[in-house]
Amino acid sequence: MVYLTRLEHFNAAHKLYNPAWSKEKNEAVFGDCANENWHGHNFNLYVTVKGTPDEGSGFVMDAKHLSRLIKEHVIEKLDHKNLNLDVDFLSGKMCSTENLIVEIWKQLEPHIQANVTLHSLKLYETPRIYVEYFGE
Amino acid sequence: MYKVAVYRTEHFNAAHRLHNPAFDDATNDRLFGKCNNPHFHGHNYELIVKLTGEPEKDTGYVYDLKKLSDLIRKEILQRFDHKNLNLDVPEFSELNPTAENIAMIIYGILRPLIEDHLDLQVRLYETERNFVEYPA
Repeated sequence: MVYLTRLEHFNAAHKLYNPAWSKEKNEAVFGDCANENWHGHNFNLYVTVKGTPDEGSGFVMDAKHLSRLIKEHVIEKLDHKNLNLDVDFLSGKMCSTENLIVEIWKQLEPHIQANVTLHSLKLYETPRIYVEYFGE
Repeated sequence: MYKVAVYRTEHFNAAHRLHNPAFDDATNDRLFGKCNNPHFHGHNYELIVKLTGEPEKDTGYVYDLKKLSDLIRKEILQRFDHKNLNLDVPEFSELNPTAENIAMIIYGILRPLIEDHLDLQVRLYETERNFVEYPA
């Protein structure tokens, strides 16, 4: 079993704000991230698939093809967007990095070819903050 | 004596939008593409402030870098971090917040606060791959 990782990136605006809470509670829980006028990040997304290298090609999966899948199903929907306002699969959800990575998994997993398995996603919100998800 | 350059790196994240209200939507779209999204997008900005001068006799410092860090945090990060550059930062109420303009605004804020005998240069990374310097 070999693990293959592809790195893609996007940038986006968002805010952390729960409309069911008061402005004071949002500011207490989310601090600067609750700014009603949004803020933003450069996100880095690591997608790891696992499988056995194909005898003919030596590939677990064509990394260029993996890149295209991520771009088509994830990056095009998120890049230069407002995560709270512009993204159908985040509608009504809190735009934390944790929730974002779970929703990215749901977008991507159905498109991964049958002979490999989506193993993990790693999503960096800043160089110092990241989350991981293994589909569990 | 010889001149030495000292640098301090700080970072902030912010939402912004590139838009010129003097142009119609089609022209803005042609000029700024995805960056023109009316709902904004965002970045993790990395700011590198460079000071050049002769080390002081008493301290051996060109400039106390802790003092420089405090100055950047107080004068720049407090205004820019977790903000919407278009909506929250008065300097950009009528100025497009491109990386070029952000760097020039930062220079303009810091220059009067740093002794005249020190040269100041600002480098601003908007993404890992896009960065600007002022003065050039």
